[in-house]
Amino acid sequence: MLPSLAKQWRNAAVIGLRGQSLVPCASTRTFASAKSTEEETFDVEITTPFEGHKLDELPSQTVTTTKTEVLDFFRDLFRYRRMEIAADVLYKGKFIRGFCHLYDGQEAICVGMESAINYEDAIITSYRDHCTYLGRGGNMYEVIAELLGRKDGCSRGLGGSMHMYHRENNFYGGNGIVGAQVPLGVGIAFQQKYNKKDNCTFTMYGDGAANQGQGFEALNMAALWDLPVVYVCENNHFGMGTAEWRGSKQPAFYKRGDYVPGIKVDGMDVFAVKKAVAFAKEYAIKNGPLIMEMDTYRYHGHSMSDPGSTYRTRDEVSGIRNQRDPIERVRKLIQNMELATTAEIKAIEKAARKEVDDAIAKAKECPEPPEEWLTKNIYSAAPHGWESVRGVERGLAHET
Amino acid sequence: MLRRGNGVVGRGMVERMVSSMLCGGNATTTTCSRGFSAEVGEQQRARKINLFTAINDALNLSLEEDEKTLIFGEDVSFGGVFRCTSGLLEKHGSDRVFNTPLCEQGILGFAVGAAAMGYKPVVEIQFADYIFPAFDQIVNEAAKYRYRSGGMFSCGGLTIRTPCGAVGHGGHYHSQSPEAFFMHSPGLKVVMPSGPKDAKGLLLSSIRDDNPVVFFEPKIMYRTSVEEVPYGDFTVPLGKAAVVREGKDITLVGWGSQVGVLRQAAEEVEKNDGISCEVIDLRTILPWDVDTIAESVTKTGRLLVSHEAPLTAGVGAEIVSTISKECFLNLEAPPLRVCGADTPFPLVLEPFYLPRQSRVIAEIRNSLAF
Repeated sequence: MLPSLAKQWRNAAVIGLRGQSLVPCASTRTFASAKSTEEETFDVEITTPFEGHKLDELPSQTVTTTKTEVLDFFRDLFRYRRMEIAADVLYKGKFIRGFCHLYDGQEAICVGMESAINYEDAIITSYRDHCTYLGRGGNMYEVIAELLGRKDGCSRGLGGSMHMYHRENNFYGGNGIVGAQVPLGVGIAFQQKYNKKDNCTFTMYGDGAANQGQGFEALNMAALWDLPVVYVCENNHFGMGTAEWRGSKQPAFYKRGDYVPGIKVDGMDVFAVKKAVAFAKEYAIKNGPLIMEMDTYRYHGHSMSDPGSTYRTRDEVSGIRNQRDPIERVRKLIQNMELATTAEIKAIEKAARKEVDDAIAKAKECPEPPEEWLTKNIYSAAPHGWESVRGVERGLAHET
Repeated sequence: MLRRGNGVVGRGMVERMVSSMLCGGNATTTTCSRGFSAEVGEQQRARKINLFTAINDALNLSLEEDEKTLIFGEDVSFGGVFRCTSGLLEKHGSDRVFNTPLCEQGILGFAVGAAAMGYKPVVEIQFADYIFPAFDQIVNEAAKYRYRSGGMFSCGGLTIRTPCGAVGHGGHYHSQSPEAFFMHSPGLKVVMPSGPKDAKGLLLSSIRDDNPVVFFEPKIMYRTSVEEVPYGDFTVPLGKAAVVREGKDITLVGWGSQVGVLRQAAEEVEKNDGISCEVIDLRTILPWDVDTIAESVTKTGRLLVSHEAPLTAGVGAEIVSTISKECFLNLEAPPLRVCGADTPFPLVLEPFYLPRQSRVIAEIRNSLAF
């Protein structure tokens, strides 16, 4: 599928090489490569203009990057995509049960965000969280093991698809109820401001969740107290099966904050995301809340029980794939600028496939969590004084 | 939708519904000569359908019989996640069957207001686990509207449908059975059917009832549970439990999909131990049918209540407490509860949480050996 997509590429981003720029690389990542050409900076133009709401200034349309960063983008985008497609196969093979929401199509948001922030910044998101977990420094084995409900999973196999967390790297999940995570992000941001940290919180939700009242309640508090929180609305245009215009009177989600400024970003362009998120972080720490709308698209249905074809046409989905796919966009840049040979790109893809395959093979070998974990972590060390949890299967009254 | 009632003699109750089925949906015609009984299932023509089709049938009938019936919720106009509302938009139009945004509190508040204006909103909350954002509107607004206005206003037309219960792999937020939270709210009625026939009959009663009703649908049964369901108008009264299996040694009480677990357990212990179990399907959780259960326990002398929700402060606690008082001198053994564990609903550890048949059987034996 992918090579033909590359051929069909029509509306490629106008990616201009502006020669050697003096602008320092904005990436916060450090790279192991020693070769100077790997780290030489150059500029990339963002084709879709940012749109602002109550912002005096918008970020420029030019992003500075390096060869290493571009190849890292490609690698991560491709890894995330392969993992989600593998999850689809595992689900259909009944290895993953229950509820599973895939991120394919939206990968540029996670990848672009992480290139502009660090792990001291916090992220909290909804149930579409597999790739966010990887972006926060988690490994693929832990994701697959969690999906399979195995004890090496990132939540010990106790959470499943919707509940992935990474405490050390400030990833607060992984939340199952639509919109419920949004106010939590504001509370996390309070801690950052209170402790005078040079960091902010990204509280992520979809266009469907944008209509939940609690997000607005917390936004008012964030604005009252100038908390460093960025509301990131991943607008994939469908709240479950309902198109944004059917469910939202104001589908320009970056304007939804009214008194809170907003910015609209092409969420299928990893460079646009990187640029805008860097801007947002700086803005939020200095001024308080900001709403970002990431214009994106999910290729799969809402969850695995939704074929994703009843409320939109297959042509629409394939049209987005052909014209806006985040991976193909980066692939095109690599080819145009000759940042890597076809063989090198293939090697990256092969390594990603192997990573996914290895993770799956290992996860299938991993045991499920032991029975007695049923009653762990309900309370801290039994503050109620009960010695066991009531109602568990006879003979299995567990110590808490 | 044209149905023919060949040679069936009924009592002609609720002509308009039956006639609408017989005469191609014209709800006002009275020319049909043959009506079906609304209360005697055996006399009414029936067809084998599953639970979601039975729900769909009841919703369709309600939309036909009363133009004030409204259906809304997340994705309902496409049929909903479980297909319960399939085809209703096409039949009844987008003024009466419509999608809402994803905002449970707003949906319920809107529904309470519409019900106060005389409409009959049948609201779908996509999963019972998502009902909590709307909890305030249900418990503080809907349940108390009549009481706090001194009877001036109510939202009696309101019915809240929501799928509940374990499905084997639903995890924390697609498996819960929160009926006890609502049983604790005077002003509400709480209902849970245990099969397609009751689902249709109880849902129609709930929609027609002049009080707000929370109607839980055991989602594992939507497709798997199939039985004969009468055509046309058919109601099952609220507040009335059903003795689904007669016995003399112990009374087993459950509701929703747990009734099936109890029936199987009853078969097993009859075969292996010669224990005769009476199984009661509670059907309505609030107000619940004390008399039927008390009568049964007076006969058997033993009681076991079973539900998927956690043990502590579950519906079983209320039943056991009341029956202990009502039947104190008839009891041969302490009343028992076999329930979900006092843990959040687990993911892969679900089998160790659920009140499975083996646990029910073990407790039946304990009770008999007391």
